[in-house]
Amino acid sequence: MANEVVDKSKRQFLTTALTVVGAVGTGYLAVPFISQMQPSARAMAAGAPIEVDISRIEPGQLIRVAWRGKPVWVLSRTPEVLEILEKDTAKLADPNSANSKQPGDSSNNYRSIKPEIFIAVGLCTHLGCSPTFRPETAPNDLGDDWKGGFFCPCHGSGFDLAGRVFKSVPAPTNLEVPPYRYITDTQIIIGEESNKETAA
Amino acid sequence: MKNKMDACTNSLKNSINISTDWVLKRFPMSKLWNDHMAQYYAPKNFNFWYFFGSLALLILVNQIITGILLTMNYKPDAALAFDSVEYIMRDVNWGWLIRYMHSTGASAFFIVIYLHMFRGMIYGSYKKPRELVWIFGMLLFLCLMAEAFMGYLLPWGQMSYWGAQVIISLFSAIPVIGEDLSLWIRGGYVISDATLNRFFAFHVIAIPLALLILVVLHIIALHEVGSNNPDGIEIKESKDPWGHPVDGIPFHPYYSVKDLVGVGVFLFFFATIIFYMPEMGGYFLEHANFIPADPLKTPEHIAPLWYFTPFYAILRAIPDKFMGVIAMGGAIVVLFLLPWLDRCKVKSIRYRGGIFKKAFVLFIISFIVLGYLGTQPATPGYTMLARVFTAIYFGFFLLLPIYTPFEKTKPVPKKVTHESSVEEDYTALVEAFDKMTIKQEPVKTSWGATITPVKANTAGIKQVLIQLAKKLKESLD
Amino acid sequence: MKKIIYTLLLLLPISVFASGDIRLQSVDIDLSDFEAMQKGAKHYVNYCLGCHSLKHIRYKRIAIDLEIDEDTVLAEIAPEGAGIYEQMHTAMDKRDSSKWFGTTPPDLSLIARSREPDWIYSYLKGFYADKSKPLGVNNTVFKDVGMPNMLWKLQGTQTPVFETVEGQEVIAYIKLTEPGTLSPDEFDTMVTELVNFLVYVGEPSQLKRKTMGKYVLLFFIIFTFIAYLLKKEYWKDIH
Repeated sequence: MANEVVDKSKRQFLTTALTVVGAVGTGYLAVPFISQMQPSARAMAAGAPIEVDISRIEPGQLIRVAWRGKPVWVLSRTPEVLEILEKDTAKLADPNSANSKQPGDSSNNYRSIKPEIFIAVGLCTHLGCSPTFRPETAPNDLGDDWKGGFFCPCHGSGFDLAGRVFKSVPAPTNLEVPPYRYITDTQIIIGEESNKETAA
Repeated sequence: MKNKMDACTNSLKNSINISTDWVLKRFPMSKLWNDHMAQYYAPKNFNFWYFFGSLALLILVNQIITGILLTMNYKPDAALAFDSVEYIMRDVNWGWLIRYMHSTGASAFFIVIYLHMFRGMIYGSYKKPRELVWIFGMLLFLCLMAEAFMGYLLPWGQMSYWGAQVIISLFSAIPVIGEDLSLWIRGGYVISDATLNRFFAFHVIAIPLALLILVVLHIIALHEVGSNNPDGIEIKESKDPWGHPVDGIPFHPYYSVKDLVGVGVFLFFFATIIFYMPEMGGYFLEHANFIPADPLKTPEHIAPLWYFTPFYAILRAIPDKFMGVIAMGGAIVVLFLLPWLDRCKVKSIRYRGGIFKKAFVLFIISFIVLGYLGTQPATPGYTMLARVFTAIYFGFFLLLPIYTPFEKTKPVPKKVTHESSVEEDYTALVEAFDKMTIKQEPVKTSWGATITPVKANTAGIKQVLIQLAKKLKESLD
Repeated sequence: MKKIIYTLLLLLPISVFASGDIRLQSVDIDLSDFEAMQKGAKHYVNYCLGCHSLKHIRYKRIAIDLEIDEDTVLAEIAPEGAGIYEQMHTAMDKRDSSKWFGTTPPDLSLIARSREPDWIYSYLKGFYADKSKPLGVNNTVFKDVGMPNMLWKLQGTQTPVFETVEGQEVIAYIKLTEPGTLSPDEFDTMVTELVNFLVYVGEPSQLKRKTMGKYVLLFFIIFTFIAYLLKKEYWKDIH
């Protein structure tokens, strides 16, 4: 068929060039296709910071609010509880929260800005179940050592009332403390850090 | 160092070869590739009209991918559908691009398919032995119409709603079972949430599946009998000593690289519409469809999307409801029957008789005029016009069996003829331009370039026009 | 044969979007004029948002698209108490509005897509005094309109001048009989800004897509060019 000498290198070059250009184009097209599955503006709006009124929480009471669709606990802790949290650290896997997620101003033993008000994302750090609130001491099913905390029914992880995980349970880290700040003494905004930078 | 690298590449090559062998022993990949690409011999004289098959496939892929992405955010619920489309357009990342790719793709699909069918008609690609290719193609066209019609309900705008209302009411024209049938299709007394939900199911899964299967059948049938060509001769009839058709060339690489040029040009226009005129002046996205569906208020003027308008015009042209529906259906049925209505042995229009050529031109004119009339309100004058062109439309098909057996055809060449290339067309165009103009003195422009202004050459223009008219007359004889 | 078909394709009509026999005034839409759109947003909140929501646009989107910071949007554009993530909802109760106007005022997010910008412009400028109507006004492009002229203080009062055509009295033109607080030129600018904003709200992505389009088209030119060279190279084999 071919009478002339075929310039193979030119063909090779053009084929490569077209493949590269085509690949670049496909790559650019993939960006919108993939990022359309990212959270939409509506999802972002649902993830907006929320305000919580804590004036009516009784000591020892826990309320649940939704932030970014996740359960967030607001717990009012009694002085007795705070005392236990201070002393009873032997059974904790990460008592100083070195490997856990919390904003800077909650990096203390109570894992909160004000010791009496504890705020945490109510999802187990193991596989994301929501642990149950078990404030009672030494219940039948949890044993005599239980001094109040959170217990995950899915895989049996336990946390104390500062959300710190116990040793030898499946959960690897303490419960996550979301960014939050006080607007007034009784108003908290969850999702914003104290220096007013919106949490990413 | 170099030895080490060579050893490395060699061992990599080896492992690739081994795994390729493993697959090839278990799956006929190279056989499929050879049968349909590298060893599929296509006539070497394909012209412009032969781009549209591969383009249709490209659009199908586009529709499926963008469709899947749209499904992720669309809500097939009468209360939510309209807002969910706007949600896609605004809140979803890049949702607007994906939606426009899908909506523009729908119209582009019909443009490409109509041109593809036109190609089939002028070169006689529906004739023996390709009748089944044509039938599968027509079934594809039918599925495509159903797909587009059902998809158009989904945005749940005024046009979606009332368009569907009108078209489904057509079924009620069928005697005896009509009323019950349209009730069954709608799942209610009017278009409702139930209709939307079932149209969604058809649009996203049932019909696309049928489309994919039909595409496979269409291509298998085509590759069994081989492609037709602008000269309408069978290239398989003259083979070289190796058993390959003399006028055939392997589809890959020759037509795969050629089709890539077509793809580039097509995507250029496709992107122009998406980025600069996604509504296409109300043809691709109708203005009234930006108003949410209101079952209590019909828009002043309902027109289907442009690709249905020729058939819609035929429907309206008939003064009787049932007969109108029959005529509209008949307009598609006659297309199915084309391989048997046309009795001429010669395939390509190039070598067919003058009557057929003229009749075909009239048919194309009637299709376009009907398409235009379908977009317009039905005034008495327009209705009269629609009747005339409906008669021409059907006349073309129904007269075929009468005159085509006795057609005065021209001698058909044994080998395919030369097809002018883009470069040759360009040279001819430049020559014609030179003839029509007179060169002036070169002048220097303010930015330093030298250009030669031209003046219109009246005598030259006349000459070119006369030549053109002569050619036109010749090509119609 | 080919040529006939090309000519026929060219004969395809380009536009069927006719607006009937209403004469519309043309408005100059400039989607690169962010300042005008910001002002338009402000006008919208002041004069329209009382009844007509724009439920498909968020304040945050306006801030991003029109390049103003979120606090400015909340302070200067959004009504008191609106959040940055919120859509432009109206404060009016749906039942109240049905009682007052006989119908719920429609959401206007897509008005610039279902109506031409020229129509909105002409409509907003087309109110004239008509004692026979319940609201005392009528409109040149929207006959027997059920909406009061929200801008009459700014525009002033327009009265129609009639002429007789084929025995029927029709409006020849409307003229300003009682000036408003804005001069006609200032008023035109204001309405233009408002329409400009509504055109943007109709399709926020149009700001982005028009700038993006250039690069996409350039890409396809390069792609086609290389593909053409490749095709030419391979087709040297074919004689």
